[in-house]
Amino acid sequence: MGKKNIFDALLISSRDLSERYSMLTLRLPDSIGEMEVLPGQFVEIRVTDSPSTYLRRPISICDYDAAERMMTLLIRRAGEGTEHLCNLPIGAKVDILGPLGNGFTLPAAGTSALLAGGGIGVAPLMLLGKRMRQAGVNVTLLLGARTADEILLLDEFKAIGNVAVSTDDGSLGEKGYAADNSVLNRRYDLVCTCGPKPMMVGIARKAHATGSPCEVSLENLMACGLGACLCCVEPTLKGNLRACVEGPVFDTSQLLWEL
Amino acid sequence: MDNRHHTQPATSVKMEVEIAGMKMKNPMLTASGTFGFGEEFADFIDLEKLGGFIVKGTTLEPREGNPYPRMAETPSGMLNAVGLQNKGVDHFVNEIYPRLKRLNTNVLVNVSGAKIDDYVAVAERLAPLAAIPAIEVNISCPNVKQGGMAFGTTTDGAAAVTEAIRKVWPRTLIVKLSPNVTSISDIAMAVEDAGADSVSLINTIMGMAIDVERRRPCLSTITGGLSGAAVRPVAVRMVWQVAKAVDIPVIGLGGISSGRDVIEFMLAGARAVQIGTANFIDPQVTVKAIDWMEQWCSRHGVTDINEIVGEI
Ligand SMILES: Cc1cc2nc3c(=O)[nH]c(=O)nc-3n(C[C@H](O)[C@H](O)[C@H](O)COP(=O)(O)OP(=O)(O)OC[C@H]3O[C@@H](n4cnc5c(N)ncnc54)[C@H](O)[C@@H]3O)c2cc1C
Ligand SMILES: Cc1cc2nc3c(=O)[nH]c(=O)nc-3n(C[C@H](O)[C@H](O)[C@H](O)COP(=O)(O)O)c2cc1C
Ligand code: FES
Repeated sequence: MGKKNIFDALLISSRDLSERYSMLTLRLPDSIGEMEVLPGQFVEIRVTDSPSTYLRRPISICDYDAAERMMTLLIRRAGEGTEHLCNLPIGAKVDILGPLGNGFTLPAAGTSALLAGGGIGVAPLMLLGKRMRQAGVNVTLLLGARTADEILLLDEFKAIGNVAVSTDDGSLGEKGYAADNSVLNRRYDLVCTCGPKPMMVGIARKAHATGSPCEVSLENLMACGLGACLCCVEPTLKGNLRACVEGPVFDTSQLLWEL
Repeated sequence: MDNRHHTQPATSVKMEVEIAGMKMKNPMLTASGTFGFGEEFADFIDLEKLGGFIVKGTTLEPREGNPYPRMAETPSGMLNAVGLQNKGVDHFVNEIYPRLKRLNTNVLVNVSGAKIDDYVAVAERLAPLAAIPAIEVNISCPNVKQGGMAFGTTTDGAAAVTEAIRKVWPRTLIVKLSPNVTSISDIAMAVEDAGADSVSLINTIMGMAIDVERRRPCLSTITGGLSGAAVRPVAVRMVWQVAKAVDIPVIGLGGISSGRDVIEFMLAGARAVQIGTANFIDPQVTVKAIDWMEQWCSRHGVTDINEIVGEI
């Protein structure tokens, strides 16, 4: 794993994608040199000027351009901390720790992968999808949300591969849960998923049934993000492992989920 | 980070302190359970700039700790219920110690147990490790059902553990006290009489938080230990009381988040300090605080940091 950095990034754009979601683009300072990011890794952001936000907030790296020194984050207004981040003015300095965690497996050229994201869980799938496409992997995306206007970054995802959509109300794509989408009825060389736990369990079950290896990105509560506090652990076949170091991405065959 | 560029190193200030034979470059330690094995912070700070660091609570047998969720954020603080997850003392001795022993700083081990025999067995296994100058005995963990805090809440219990470990631990023996007691000074005096070389305080304060939407406790264990800035005034008060009650050096901790806070604890009577939760928010907080303390000393005409210990 690469070096972890702490730095102030500059907010250069902030765009509301819907009522609850914003996309932040940050420029990294030259001082940290070259930084390698693996798809699925995250950063811990210090939310200053928000008295009720004491600890840093873990946020996935949605996109990263090493050459341009740009990092994109997709943020859902979940509470005060994320609300504050979504409302930051352009030009604000953002205190960032990262990149953290392990990241998804990048399969070999010519293989097939399904990337399934629910709600804010689509965030890490952007960089993952791009890297897979570059590597010659045949990518299918499955995006799930409650309604059509919460399906995020549809055009961007279409540039990566075939996109299937599920909405609870049927306003876009198949009606129902992402885990019930018909793209899950066939086998893939790798299924990667990130989203609410019930969705990930549903996807993992389908993957299991079709004999597809499956990796999930967990959003366990974190305090340090550095592997120091053991607050974020997930039970696995190897005991309680830290979601911030040995995760957030886990192979479902290692977890104690009932599939 | 930016502040550092405006500061000038004040090299003339003597920052060295000593805890019963353990020499430290400066009063700065990190708190057990918040700093992993030090290595987790090596990308952010030079560990050798610290007076020392204290590794995660170590028990005789490996422990998986409590179920998730183990953490809840609270106003200016957090509750934890990690429950001493660790791989056991043999893992530390065989896997971790060889990596840490060459560091030019003090590496301390925090020792926990469910029974006195367990504490003793851990101390015995650590005793041959020459590069461990001190152990910190945790008689104050609120997150384990057996032992832990039970020893730390009665004078007899605290004295019994201290006495037993004193027989097998040849170097500096620090006993970490629980704030969850009526009179922390009484416990401090009891462990002093039983042979402790130093006391550190405070461990976390018992607390609880409820998710009102789900109508469920936030932690799997219902209650947990409160740490972070929120506990600081309680900790300062207790350090001040204990420093008045005992003759052995006191190590102060609880909510320290800056050099200013360190000075506050030292004025209250702490010879050395530990930073815990604040490392999560700023992994460089320790070295920044050391710089700030040097500035403070220059500004106040203090040439030796020891001068200010217990001024209040
Ligand atoms: C590895 C990882 C990657 C993440 N990536 C993203 C991302 O790319 N974009 C994004 O918007 N969010 C992401 N999250 C979730 C995000 O960290 C939380 O939504 C955020 O911490 C909430 O902070 P707050 O102050 O806004 O809300 P709070 O007031 O702290 O909480 C509001 C609500 O959010 C829930 N919440 C708090 N922490 C988490 C958490 N860690 N996971 C899920 N729900 C939580 C709380 O239970 C509560 O109901 C990620 C979490 C993890 C662990
Ligand atoms: C996540 C976490 C784990 C901890 N684990 C231990 C431990 O193993 N042993 C121990 O003596 N104290 C443990 N503590 C208590 C701290 O060492 C310290 O006493 C307390 O957090 C107060 O200091 P702070 O406010 O600076 O964090 C832990 C605290 C936290 C937050
Ligand atoms: S959040 Fe501290 S170990 Fe993972």
